[in-house]
Amino acid sequence: MSVPLDAPTGRSAAGAATATNLLEVVGVSKGFPGVKALQDMHLTLRPGEVLALVGENGAGKSTLMKLLSGIYQPDGGEFFFEGGPFTPTDPKHAQESGISIIHQEFNLMPDLTVAQNIFIGREPRSGGFFLSDRALNRKAGELLRRLELPLDPRQLVGTLTVAKQQMVEIAKALSYDARVLIMDEPTAALNDAEVATLHSLIRRFVTPQTGVIYISHKMDELKAISDRITVIRDGRYVDTLDTATSTMGDVISRMVGREIDTDARPENVRPDRPVLLSVEGLSTRTLLKDVSFELREGEILGLAGLMGAGRTEVARALVGADAVTAGTVRLRGEPVSVRTPADAAALGIGYLSEDRKQFGLLLSQTVNANIGLSSLGDRFSSAGFVKDRPMRAASREYVESLRIRTPSINQTAKNLSGGNQQKVVISKWLLKDCDILIFDEPTRGIDVGAKEEIYRLLNRLAEEGKSIIMISSELPEVLRMSHRIVVMSEGRVTGELSAAEADQESVMHLATLRPDENPEDAAELGIQLPVEKDHA
Amino acid sequence: MSTATAPVATTAEKRTDIRGRLQQLLAFGGLIVIVVFFAVANENFRTFSNFTAILFSTVVIGVLAVGTTFVIITGGIDLSIGTGMTLCAVMSGTFLINWNLPLGLGLVLTVLVGGLIGFVNGCSVAFLKLPPFIATLAMMLIAQGLALVISGSAPIYFSALPVFSKISTGEIIPRVPNAVLVLVVLAVLAAILLNRTLFGRYTFSIGSNEEATALSGINVRKWKVLIYTVAGLFTGIAGIMISARLGSAQPATGQGYELQAIAAVVIGGTSLTGGKGSIVGTIIGALIISVLNNGLRIMSIPQEWQNVILGLVILGAVYADMARKRTA
Repeated sequence: MSVPLDAPTGRSAAGAATATNLLEVVGVSKGFPGVKALQDMHLTLRPGEVLALVGENGAGKSTLMKLLSGIYQPDGGEFFFEGGPFTPTDPKHAQESGISIIHQEFNLMPDLTVAQNIFIGREPRSGGFFLSDRALNRKAGELLRRLELPLDPRQLVGTLTVAKQQMVEIAKALSYDARVLIMDEPTAALNDAEVATLHSLIRRFVTPQTGVIYISHKMDELKAISDRITVIRDGRYVDTLDTATSTMGDVISRMVGREIDTDARPENVRPDRPVLLSVEGLSTRTLLKDVSFELREGEILGLAGLMGAGRTEVARALVGADAVTAGTVRLRGEPVSVRTPADAAALGIGYLSEDRKQFGLLLSQTVNANIGLSSLGDRFSSAGFVKDRPMRAASREYVESLRIRTPSINQTAKNLSGGNQQKVVISKWLLKDCDILIFDEPTRGIDVGAKEEIYRLLNRLAEEGKSIIMISSELPEVLRMSHRIVVMSEGRVTGELSAAEADQESVMHLATLRPDENPEDAAELGIQLPVEKDHA
Repeated sequence: MSTATAPVATTAEKRTDIRGRLQQLLAFGGLIVIVVFFAVANENFRTFSNFTAILFSTVVIGVLAVGTTFVIITGGIDLSIGTGMTLCAVMSGTFLINWNLPLGLGLVLTVLVGGLIGFVNGCSVAFLKLPPFIATLAMMLIAQGLALVISGSAPIYFSALPVFSKISTGEIIPRVPNAVLVLVVLAVLAAILLNRTLFGRYTFSIGSNEEATALSGINVRKWKVLIYTVAGLFTGIAGIMISARLGSAQPATGQGYELQAIAAVVIGGTSLTGGKGSIVGTIIGALIISVLNNGLRIMSIPQEWQNVILGLVILGAVYADMARKRTA
């Protein structure tokens, strides 16, 4: 199928690049009513390379992908693929031409098997009508073996981990004989080990005839996987850097148009503050075992660990979203009982889920309705009637003071960017007057510039005396923000580090510690382990 | 965390507000078009008495639709309102005729029976976690059966209590049947309930994202029970209105009313996936159905074709609404 690399091509003057490029985007523009999503966009993918594509949310990455997969048609400009002009008409056409896109949200059927998912629409038949499961599973097995993917063709996709589901997506994409693989935020839900597996898979895929466009926010990953980095901003091409010779700062400054300090450390650490919340021996039926820690006033407590370590489960148990089998929670020294999220809210404990769209926001409702949701009942109503005027005044105050970028408080929440949606959820809990805020992955899906703003906001909240538990999978974020770090592994707390003694290595060591392993290991690193109470 | 002066409503706020109202304007525009069409096409349509007849015939479906709007905004569905209404009608006959209870008491008890039906629905949905479709489908059958059992499968006539019919056909305001008044009052109350109270806000919240609402500290189960109970109370009132109109409680009718009511809600722009909807829209939806039925009958189009046309209107209305949302 592939056109020889030196094939002569009749290309326009705009396509000044050489015939050695695998994929070229030349001067492409796309507008929607009221917005210019892309203007004069350029991008060049060389054969055999991984090209990182970075840009803040709204920079035009997804529009570009939709153009490449033929979902949208460009207003102007051209694409060149393997030396020839390329005008994708629909996603199927793009895929069959050799360009496969793996979206952030997988397009998989959870109730079908791995093999059925990979070959959906291309099922091998027997006798022209009946499906042949045996041929299907054999084909899938061959493909998976060739790609060295540890997957069973017969397993249901819904029972796989996110990382393995992604492997299914990749296998499906490669089964189309893709020469260009475009991956949108492929590591958003992966832990470090899974990221490493993905990267080795990508390296295996890249041959002198193929290339990968890797879209990500995570700077350390770009360093690890990419050869070059193309930065776009506000729908325009900004620059392309050689990964080897550029720093994270170079990339970030081009993304946001200003310098950002990536080595910042936590602010205003004060270990002498009184304990606000103490958790002792928290256990759940499924995962958590004897989890104990303390949270001080005005402190940002980092809760670190690998995916599946039980950090989110701690948060959900604390706010009464999941049932607890053992454990005591004390608030200001008094034991409290939190059976439902309503109890937690009444005690001033707010939970900001990592999945804002599923657990945090009312997407179809206004900013005002979202901010007021938790406080309507006790602060903005009398005799069941909503007091609209003070409610709206309060919403406007938060929009102003947290700098939520929205045309008005009547804007529907789904029209806001990730960072601004997060601020809306924060406003909800601040308005509820929560003293304890549990942030689960506070900057997931939020672009770099807005991340800084969220960090500043967290620092400001701690400064104002709020106590914050911050769950994060991004080590730089944990190290940068946390006054203290509690590390979990396999449902238990494996150690606690002060801001001064924490670094990437010490946190990772605790996060990968098997809880029943010898604690002397930790002691060597100068790590203080929690006191074992009932050693069974 | 407070600024010295509370910022006031901006023009942008007003603009987004107006955009939200557009949907209702579209449904209203549709109603006007249909009315104008029939008015031009047939002179018998455009008489005052025909307009009151249309309003009068809207009442039962309208009351059911208004009540079930709350349930549908939560993303639920209530299939029991049709036969639930029949059971309430039978109970009104039992209370007022068989037991000879005073009129006021009998009416209150009837409405409470409706509330009880809704309460049971709400508990099935909120506590037993049954899908609303299944829970209310079961209740539809239960209510249908009970209505037949309690009445002995025979109509109960209110001829001994002529004042009962006045609830529907009397005219406190000259030339406007009381039934129309009842619908107007209930619609206004429901609109206040939906737009001005915690009950209404939480109805939207639950329909928009039930889990997020629960995690925000709202007792979702309690509110769901209340919402279904309110729908049940409206069912009770509809039971009174239909037996007052007919002068009898007919235990074998009622099925199919729930689908007409749901159709009215959907034509009015309320989303079956929850989180969106309005009482005004529902009333407009109910009026569109009545006007179509009335106009087509006046133009001597057979009943069978009326159903076909109504079905097409539902398809068109919902498609137009969805197409508009996609482009917005």
